[in-house]
Amino acid sequence: MTVQEVGRARRRKEDAKLLTGRTQWTDNLSRPGVLHVMFLRSPMAHARISRIDVSGARDLPGVVAAFSGQDFAGEQGSLPCAWPVTEDIVIPEHPPMAVSEVRYVGEAVACVVATDRYRAADALEAIEVDYEPLPAVVDMRQALADDGPKVHEAGNKAFSMKLTSGDVEAAFRDAPVVIDRTYVQQRLIPSAMEPRAVLVDTDGEAFTIWSATQIPHVLRVMLAVVTGIPEHKLRVIAPDVGGGFGSKLQVTAEEVLLLLLARRLGKPVKWLETRSEGNLTVHHGRDQIQHVRLAADADGRIRALRVDLLADMGAYLMLLTPGVPTLGAQMCNAIYKMDAYEFACTGVFTTKMPTDAYRGAGRPEATFVIERVMDELAAEIGVDPVEVRRRNWIRHDEFPFTTISGLTYDSGNYEAATERALSLFGYDKLRAEQNDRRDRGDPVQLGIGVSTYTEMCGLAPSRLLGAANFGAGGWEHASVRMLATGKVEVATGTTPHGQGHVTAWSQIVADALGVPFEDVAVLHGDTAIVPKGMDTYGSRSLAVGGVAVVRACEKVRDKARRLAAHLMECSPDDLEFEAGTFTVRGTESRRTIQELANAAFTAHDLPDGVEARLDSDATFDPENFSFPHGTHLCAVEVDTETGMVRIRSYVAVDDIGKVINPLIVDGQLHGGIAQGIAQALFEEAVYDADGNLLTTTMADYLLPSAADLPDFALDRTESPATSNPLGVKGVGEAGTIASTPAVVNAVVDALRPRGVRDIQMPCTPERVWRALAAQEREGGQG
Amino acid sequence: MPRITITVDGIKYEEDVEPRLLLVHLLRERLGRTGTPVGCDTSNCGACTVMLDGKSAKSCSVLAVQADGCDVVTIEGLGTNGTNGSMHPMQRAFHEEHALQCGYCTPGMVMAAIDLLRNDPEPSEETIRQGLEGNLCRCTGYCNIVRAVRRGAQEMGRAVNTP
Ligand code: FES
Ligand code: FES
Repeated sequence: MTVQEVGRARRRKEDAKLLTGRTQWTDNLSRPGVLHVMFLRSPMAHARISRIDVSGARDLPGVVAAFSGQDFAGEQGSLPCAWPVTEDIVIPEHPPMAVSEVRYVGEAVACVVATDRYRAADALEAIEVDYEPLPAVVDMRQALADDGPKVHEAGNKAFSMKLTSGDVEAAFRDAPVVIDRTYVQQRLIPSAMEPRAVLVDTDGEAFTIWSATQIPHVLRVMLAVVTGIPEHKLRVIAPDVGGGFGSKLQVTAEEVLLLLLARRLGKPVKWLETRSEGNLTVHHGRDQIQHVRLAADADGRIRALRVDLLADMGAYLMLLTPGVPTLGAQMCNAIYKMDAYEFACTGVFTTKMPTDAYRGAGRPEATFVIERVMDELAAEIGVDPVEVRRRNWIRHDEFPFTTISGLTYDSGNYEAATERALSLFGYDKLRAEQNDRRDRGDPVQLGIGVSTYTEMCGLAPSRLLGAANFGAGGWEHASVRMLATGKVEVATGTTPHGQGHVTAWSQIVADALGVPFEDVAVLHGDTAIVPKGMDTYGSRSLAVGGVAVVRACEKVRDKARRLAAHLMECSPDDLEFEAGTFTVRGTESRRTIQELANAAFTAHDLPDGVEARLDSDATFDPENFSFPHGTHLCAVEVDTETGMVRIRSYVAVDDIGKVINPLIVDGQLHGGIAQGIAQALFEEAVYDADGNLLTTTMADYLLPSAADLPDFALDRTESPATSNPLGVKGVGEAGTIASTPAVVNAVVDALRPRGVRDIQMPCTPERVWRALAAQEREGGQG
Repeated sequence: MPRITITVDGIKYEEDVEPRLLLVHLLRERLGRTGTPVGCDTSNCGACTVMLDGKSAKSCSVLAVQADGCDVVTIEGLGTNGTNGSMHPMQRAFHEEHALQCGYCTPGMVMAAIDLLRNDPEPSEETIRQGLEGNLCRCTGYCNIVRAVRRGAQEMGRAVNTP
């Protein structure tokens, strides 16, 4: 009897090297004779470059070369946008190094190549640039005004799209309850702890690119497209990568320029980002103005929802920039039934760093809109926020359910997750305490926030991506090979950077092939080792990549069965496979899969037509997204005198389908919830009216520390996904998607009796205090 | 260029250094101690934390010349790190409690955790959270880090108390 690996809290294989400092971060790597690159970056949000002179830098000791954008003009191409969401979208040229005009602070205008980084930094100061200032464009509404300054010649509107389902006008007409709110999703800086780094080497013809990226496979294709260097001359390696959260799901200027520098100089070149440089130039997240209107019956049943987004694109469209907010089209209606729905989104150019995917990418924003407005609906009709959700959500016996926005949710049980969360949280008791504090006029008020979210993840069915104008497919690839000695090597197209794929995939393979967990090695992140892959983002790795691993294992097993049948002179149908051993039914005759691997290797006695290898590969393309869901509850204490918010307890019950490794799942949720709380309470990328980023360092951009966060109580319910054979859904983004509205709902709930019905994120003590003060001035009950 | 003498993970080095060279760059770029990473340029993240004469220090905010004559222990010198070597109880606790994901903050976090126990060998959750305030982690939400520090503390206590 062997223990099943799937479902076990296996400690991670990844840990030992990370814990002992033997990690291969890109910055730890070097090549003989490597040269160091540093970039000079624009201090202006918007300006014409009238003169640039790098000659002063070239003469300094240790400097090998210095270039401006003009020097790359003929070969640098344009950074790609792979998601043109509409036919008439405006995709401006995006030169990796600015040539004649800069459009955000931090845009690269020149570079120095030197023998070490200190020399390179010195030389940057010897470069002269004259800028002719142009007006900054920082406010989205002003950007759309007709006569305002333009970011690009074609104007400040990148695209507009609209999805309508049902008769929205009719649903709003005579609706007993109409809620109309505007929310702001502040701009965030993803802040993976490992800064970006790139190293490129060349043998004069082919190039190896090491980059701290989530997407080595996608990057290889894109670098070939942008630079014209043939794809087969490029090898991209993502060594150990220190977190990404979407920020390393990008084709960056620095990756392109380092490649061009290596080609031009014929030498290995390396660039390492500083944190301040990163805050300016790693793509940002969120940044939307969300206008939401909801029509309901008097009992709170939703008639229709109308969401109108302005989404700040920043200065250019990067890899997925326009696609991120438009993911809201299918997500704002969330877990609720309604008669009509409309989603509109306009992408707006500003003179800021482009936005793009950040943990959740479009889905946290959508979830925030609907979960905030559900609380407003509850308040409006005077029922409990959980009750108003109950009256509207899809019941568990209604699955599969096709939503108003056109997705088909395959499985789920919102009732079960919510019941479990309420009891873990002690909901009724906390409500009683809340009432008590209200009655007493306690200066510290208690707020309770709920968020019953779902998300679409497991990106994604290639057909649906094609229909959404996405520039690639959503399949994933894996190959599995049994080695001569019976050990197993798996090459996965996913590219983990903290998610624990090596451990989880080992568990999957151990069960599928009946081999020990320890006998499985998982290779990833190198286009020469894993020739095909779509990499890691969108909570897709397990639900797509993990399934590809299973499929490859099944093929290996089928081959092994044929070989076993041949060796034991029986029909394949007479063989039973259990715990890694084929047994001829009703006999003692058996072969282990390891023996068969060796038999395939020696090849002394193979059946006709069977090759001398026990390996296979598989590509999996899901037929549907997966839809994790859950109920998060947050209790906050708000000090009405100081505005200070303290999270008292946080409960999350998530339904992510089948679980491969509960330890890893909980870790993903912990980190995700923390990032969502960070948006609610702490983080904001601030630009001033001239387009200067004010939060360029970790001293200004407040990432929460251990002292700022509570412990989280987690539990799970399980409705397996029906769209993949593992029944898994994905968990990478769930926590972030769920937690932000739960926290803000709690803060608003604490202050609602005093007339507060919204507080702009992050809900800092100052903002909370000001919101209260404003209500007091207006005489309370707003 | 000033010459400094510095012991790192038990090995004594004599190095000529530019006055502006940061200790973390000396460790990483000259002495090959890449186990200690850099996460910021404003001394906020704590990724670069090492032991400097027995106390934790952010090696990005110390100049190499200031470390002249000092004894430095990095994450690489904490356990006996051969393939079959043993990890420090705090490293083991981080493994057991799944207190790391990408692992970038981990070397600094482990160092800060060990330092925290010098003053309080049996810290409460609150003390641990306050004590790790200077070390940022973007992956774990800190829940399992707090658990790991508690477990590490117990195991270190046990190690001390076992004759
Ligand atoms: S690198 Fe030293 S504190 Fe961030
Ligand atoms: S484990 Fe990734 S930053 Fe802490």
